[in-house]
Amino acid sequence: MPTQVNFDSLDGLHTFPRLLFHHAKVRPNAPAMREKHLGIWQTWSWSDVAERVRALACGLASLGFKRGDNLAIIGDNRPHLYMMMSAAQCLGGVPVPLYQDAVAAEMLFVLQDAGVRFAIVEDQEQVDKLLEIKEQLPSLAHIVYDDPRGMRHYNQPFLHDVHELMEMGRIHDRNHSDFLNAEVEKGHYDDVSVMLYTSGTTGKPKGVCQTHAAFIAAAQGGAAVDKLSAEGDILSYLPMAWVGDHLFSFAQSLVCGFTINCPESGETVMTDLREIGPTYYFAPPRVFESLLTSVQIRMEDAGKFKQRMFEHFMAVAKRCGGDILDGKSVSSGDRFQYWLGNLLIYGPLRNVLGMSRIKVAYTAGAAIGPELFSFYRSIGINLKQLYGQTETCAYVCLQPDGQVKSDTVGAPAPGVEIKIADNGEVLVKGAMLLKEYYKRPDATAESINADGYFLTGDAGFLDEDGHLKIIDRAKDVGKLKNGAMFAPNYIENKLKFFQFVKEAVCFGHDRDMVCAFINIDVGAVGNWAERRNIAYSGYTDLAGKPQVLEMIKSCIEEVNASLAHDSMVADSQVHRFLVLHKELDPDDDELTRTRKVRRNFIAEKYKVLIDALYEGKGNQYIETEVKFEDGRRGKVSADLKIIDVKTFPIAKKAA
Amino acid sequence: MSRNIGDVILDLQNISLRFGGVKALTDISFNIREHEVRAIIGPNGAGKSSMLNVINGVYHPQDGKIFYRGVERKKMEPHMAASTGIARTFQNIALFKGMSVLDNIMTGRTLKMKSNMLLQALWLGPAQKEEIAHRRKVEEIIDFLEIQHIRKTPVGRLPYGLQKRVDLGRALAMEPQILLLDEPMAGMNVEEKQDMCRFILDVNDQFGTTIVLIEHDMGVVMDISDRVVVLDYGKKIGDGLPDEVRASPEVIKAYLGAGH
Repeated sequence: MPTQVNFDSLDGLHTFPRLLFHHAKVRPNAPAMREKHLGIWQTWSWSDVAERVRALACGLASLGFKRGDNLAIIGDNRPHLYMMMSAAQCLGGVPVPLYQDAVAAEMLFVLQDAGVRFAIVEDQEQVDKLLEIKEQLPSLAHIVYDDPRGMRHYNQPFLHDVHELMEMGRIHDRNHSDFLNAEVEKGHYDDVSVMLYTSGTTGKPKGVCQTHAAFIAAAQGGAAVDKLSAEGDILSYLPMAWVGDHLFSFAQSLVCGFTINCPESGETVMTDLREIGPTYYFAPPRVFESLLTSVQIRMEDAGKFKQRMFEHFMAVAKRCGGDILDGKSVSSGDRFQYWLGNLLIYGPLRNVLGMSRIKVAYTAGAAIGPELFSFYRSIGINLKQLYGQTETCAYVCLQPDGQVKSDTVGAPAPGVEIKIADNGEVLVKGAMLLKEYYKRPDATAESINADGYFLTGDAGFLDEDGHLKIIDRAKDVGKLKNGAMFAPNYIENKLKFFQFVKEAVCFGHDRDMVCAFINIDVGAVGNWAERRNIAYSGYTDLAGKPQVLEMIKSCIEEVNASLAHDSMVADSQVHRFLVLHKELDPDDDELTRTRKVRRNFIAEKYKVLIDALYEGKGNQYIETEVKFEDGRRGKVSADLKIIDVKTFPIAKKAA
Repeated sequence: MSRNIGDVILDLQNISLRFGGVKALTDISFNIREHEVRAIIGPNGAGKSSMLNVINGVYHPQDGKIFYRGVERKKMEPHMAASTGIARTFQNIALFKGMSVLDNIMTGRTLKMKSNMLLQALWLGPAQKEEIAHRRKVEEIIDFLEIQHIRKTPVGRLPYGLQKRVDLGRALAMEPQILLLDEPMAGMNVEEKQDMCRFILDVNDQFGTTIVLIEHDMGVVMDISDRVVVLDYGKKIGDGLPDEVRASPEVIKAYLGAGH
């Protein structure tokens, strides 16, 4: 890792392009990026990457890309897309990654807002999207594509193959050999390095402008806490438009010098994970959850002997695995058992999961179930949580080794100050804060207070060890009619910790009781149903089976029982629920692209159902329009049963 | 579309095929042009698969002549058809269920392997080099058909739609000039059908492969084929552009019954 950034010296490594050329100088032959092509992993060394970035940057310049221009980046994680990010930064431009699975109309706003003139896209699919909306984007002058497949018949002059761009750049570089170095020299740490759009849970997406200094500070802080080095691999498969990927893949790999590995395609991630065996891994809780579910399903199909061995050693791991990982003292008997278990179960299991080499794994984006969290830690995977948002480079709290707790998000990261406001909102300050929202001084002023603290919008508190505990979004925390606090996320997360529940939406603000919508997890419930010889045709059918409803009911009762023990939320026990007839989907605007529930939208869309819940009806017919991936529309309808759930008397806290 | 439909590549003249007293095909003539998508349609038992089997060399017609690239084909066996560049997929998928997708597609390369069996078995010298080259070609096909994620999965464990795609991959591995597809979309759902259509058109467009396909789904046929030949009870009742065929009274009668 380069030494601490000296922001004052002119030749300091305080912008990402400088870091890139630094690595190309000090470790030219070390692998910088890998991508699987035709079944074989291809490696680019740091000097290869530097050469290509140089060519791409010069190519962009010869197309007329200028300081301050924005470059849209749309596609899966591909080396050339990451290189284009660096290329734009070399010229003092700003890369603007977009969520690649958004439909053209959704991209339009961001592209217009950012006034994009140049775009690099992955393939024909994305080119088609841009061509669809090009007329509404008068400023868009050039589109570069990475994958030439299917592009033979496109002869628009503004379309360029990425290799063609590189060739143009190489010629430009030969003719103006000092040009690029001078451009990189002009880069300043206070320049905007990237613009990441918020997912727009509320209102229109906003472009968050982050500087080189902010992301370098965040990357260095994280690297210091986790002792990251140049020796390492990360599998980059989460959307490039997401701040987490930008921090972990782009910023930290440039700061530390480790290797970015791009999976072959979205479907091969699990295989690629196993082949690469990353040392550094990042996944939202649902990925860890589905991995665990698949392990459990396969264990149920295993032989009796293997099952018993698995159960025995998992019990051992549960007892002492977490403590061993944290370096706490454990009896020698347990230590021996754990050693044996490691040989027979945990080691092979880690290998199957592709996590044999993991030094540290992170999860964030949503709450992770305590059981799930401790499962991974108990088999020796150093899984941690972190807390942050786009506006803070995803860098606010980290869990230091040895102090990992499942119900907090960890201690303030190096260089970050945290304050809790009177209304419970978490306020943060540090080098990693955003510079501004793009063209939105009003929003910038609203989100940063007079003392320079950023208002996260999350409600939380610091526990006795100084670790931050997040309860809910500050604005989502409401009140029941009797005045008791209602934190919907808190209950929903408890529900979602069951493998059968994929999504839950709770209602209760200004009402006299809490009711819930449930989405079942087709994989887990489907398997459960098969074991009981319950035939079903699809999600809607499965969701309506009386046995399934009964099983979900028992899950909710368990949650109610646990809620009854906590006086703060005991009134929020779920009284009635229904299982939705369709899966909530970002294509129908019910979830954000990061798969967060859009509560108000759902409340409005399914008003009939909510009314039925609170009016005490036993069932309700509903018909809903759905959008398919190819843009066609269809309808699903069902007669939903509404079920009453047992609630528990509020337990008095033992003195 | 920019591809140019070329000359007649396969010309079938007055083909008749009998199994004992059963007349499967009676006096059928039509031709196939290079780079086109040619569909053979017709109700059940019309003789579509028999026609494909004649082209493929499985059946030998009692009467009629077949010209391949202007040369009359005398004796024909399936393996000879294969070596002259005719590949096919089957109505009932014919893959090795226990073998991986990769190995199944690799079998499509067998005819192109030059080194002898002993060297191949020992994976020595030229055989090794050869296999690597073939593997590369197979990987290109895997990439083309977007089945990277199931590369190493045994075919028997795949859903039907994907098996069909693997079947297509195996046929493509021969780098055929003419590709015969026997009901490539039978039993598929709408999404799988759309995928398959796209792949067929992509094959045709990108490799210039001539495609002869049998299909029941009229919507699909009319959408993707350049010319359509219609069979009924072993006789040709229509031949021409999709729109012409659709409008032909005889075809309507065969499909919808005499009342219309």
